[in-house]
Amino acid sequence: MTTQTKLTVPNREATITAKKPSIFNTFRRDYQLWIMVFPAIVAIIIFNYIPMYGIQLAFRDYDYTKGLTGGAWHGLYYFKMFIDNYLFKDIMWNTIKISLATIIIGFPAPILLALLINQIRWKRAKKTLQTTVYMPHFISIVVMVGMLNVMLSPNTGIVGNLMNHLGYGDVNLLASTNSFIPVYVLSDIWQHCGWNSIIYLAALSSVDPQLYDSSKIDGANRWQTIRHIDLPSIVPTMIILFILSMGNVLGTGFEKIFLMQNTLNIPVSEVIATYVYKIGILSNQISYSSAIGLFNTLINFIFLFATNAIAKRVSNISLW
Amino acid sequence: MEMIRYRKKTANDMIFDIGVAVLAVLSFLIVAYPLYFICIASISDSTLVATGKVLLFPKGISMFGYKEILGDSRIWTGYRNTIVYTLLGTFVNLLFTLPAAYALSRPEFRARRFLMFMFVITMFFSGGLIPTYLLIKGLHMTNTMWVFIFPFCVNVFNLIITRTFFETSLPKELYEAASIDGCSHFKFFSSVALPLSRAVVSVIALYYLVAHWNDFFTALVYIRDNELQPLQIILRDILLSNQVFEGGAGGGGGGASGGYAQQFADQIKYGVILVSTLPILIVYPFIQKYFEKGVMIGSVKG
Repeated sequence: MTTQTKLTVPNREATITAKKPSIFNTFRRDYQLWIMVFPAIVAIIIFNYIPMYGIQLAFRDYDYTKGLTGGAWHGLYYFKMFIDNYLFKDIMWNTIKISLATIIIGFPAPILLALLINQIRWKRAKKTLQTTVYMPHFISIVVMVGMLNVMLSPNTGIVGNLMNHLGYGDVNLLASTNSFIPVYVLSDIWQHCGWNSIIYLAALSSVDPQLYDSSKIDGANRWQTIRHIDLPSIVPTMIILFILSMGNVLGTGFEKIFLMQNTLNIPVSEVIATYVYKIGILSNQISYSSAIGLFNTLINFIFLFATNAIAKRVSNISLW
Repeated sequence: MEMIRYRKKTANDMIFDIGVAVLAVLSFLIVAYPLYFICIASISDSTLVATGKVLLFPKGISMFGYKEILGDSRIWTGYRNTIVYTLLGTFVNLLFTLPAAYALSRPEFRARRFLMFMFVITMFFSGGLIPTYLLIKGLHMTNTMWVFIFPFCVNVFNLIITRTFFETSLPKELYEAASIDGCSHFKFFSSVALPLSRAVVSVIALYYLVAHWNDFFTALVYIRDNELQPLQIILRDILLSNQVFEGGAGGGGGGASGGYAQQFADQIKYGVILVSTLPILIVYPFIQKYFEKGVMIGSVKG
């Protein structure tokens, strides 16, 4: 730091005269902080808050000439249109099935992995395993789906070959309605399980070592240590992450499903997110797709609040 | 550290240790083998791969796939575009995120609670795809490179991680001492706070970098011009266009690998997977040591 004699010391008088100076009083002192935070504020307002204002499209007829909010008010018309749509039941059911499967199988997987990694005593082996299981997280979704395609392909893929050898015949795992969800969920676990375990490992590493020592004195075996020390210590993290994942119960990843879709699996793979994209961006039914999007957001919110409330009741741990 | 052994290692513990070892090796193989397989398949004869003969070592080694990939102009365009979007995008991300995180970490900054609240709301509420699309269109950003750079350039999760890091790792006395010496916030940020926060800057730079590199959605929705397409869109054309033919929905959509002989198509696919992921895999080991720290900071107040 170079010293500059000219610069002012923080405004001392302000702090002395008023115990809690208002934002305006401190502006002169903090103007540099305001400058630093200003670009981020502008970005958030433009790209996050203006679209929020645009949600009202869902209740209006979109009119190109009148802009985002100029169209005539149409109430819940588009919501009714969606609910009455013959695809409604399928799309809702697909969305719920896929996300519940992801949560039920995908949620415990990183916990088990973290408990496993935590049990490895040999430092180098532990490090190697960690480095390896984190890696797939960085693979792009396009590449991930591309990998699935080449490996699961019925004639030429390695898994397709394996199935052939095992006598299952030429099953096309990519194009069958039965295998879509298992392939989606398992590949998701393969890709993100390691990364998601980091947070549990961090929680496990902050366990007081004295607990382990005293459990040893009490004659606990390794299973009992896991059950009575490791698990309880990550329960708060588990609950918070569970609430967050429930808040996204209808927010199935758009990209992966979209890329995995083909004409054969579409009956089980069309979800709200892909439907909104197709209706809104590809066929330009702006108001209708906004309504579907909003419907999705609302249901997510209900789940978030409900899970949060239940967690608060049961365990006293909650998001807010 | 000293191990306390009040209890002898029992048979039970032995079984447990063996179980752990088996599971660990198993999970290692489950993750590592597909990655390894892609590497060997990309240099092996496609017919041998297709008949399941290539399992542990490459066979019938040929670099044909890589030759084709490197000779493909779309890949190069995609690569160039993605590199530009990634570098410029990450730079803008950091430019917007780091100073804001610093300002929001200062306890004397009176607006910080309100502003933080404003940022956090956007993690839970969003306008959704369609209003965002109309906004971007209204700003005339569709079909320009700027749509990759400016929209959503502040990721609130990264902002929180950085802010928490500044809050917890910079001692309060440090700024007080510096300000008495006449150091302004600008100066303190650039010559004290940033150099002391290399860990968190690397982590969020990596997060942003990877997000840009892997971004497929932005181009799918906002870009029509072939010259502007990033690598991920090209990848989709190459990797997934065959699927389109098989599904019977061809209709010329994609049709990218049509020019290649079918028997080499798979080799090219494996090669493309590797070539497109390579840059991230190169950066990865250097930053890996910061991961746990980064995630841990984020989880404290995330």
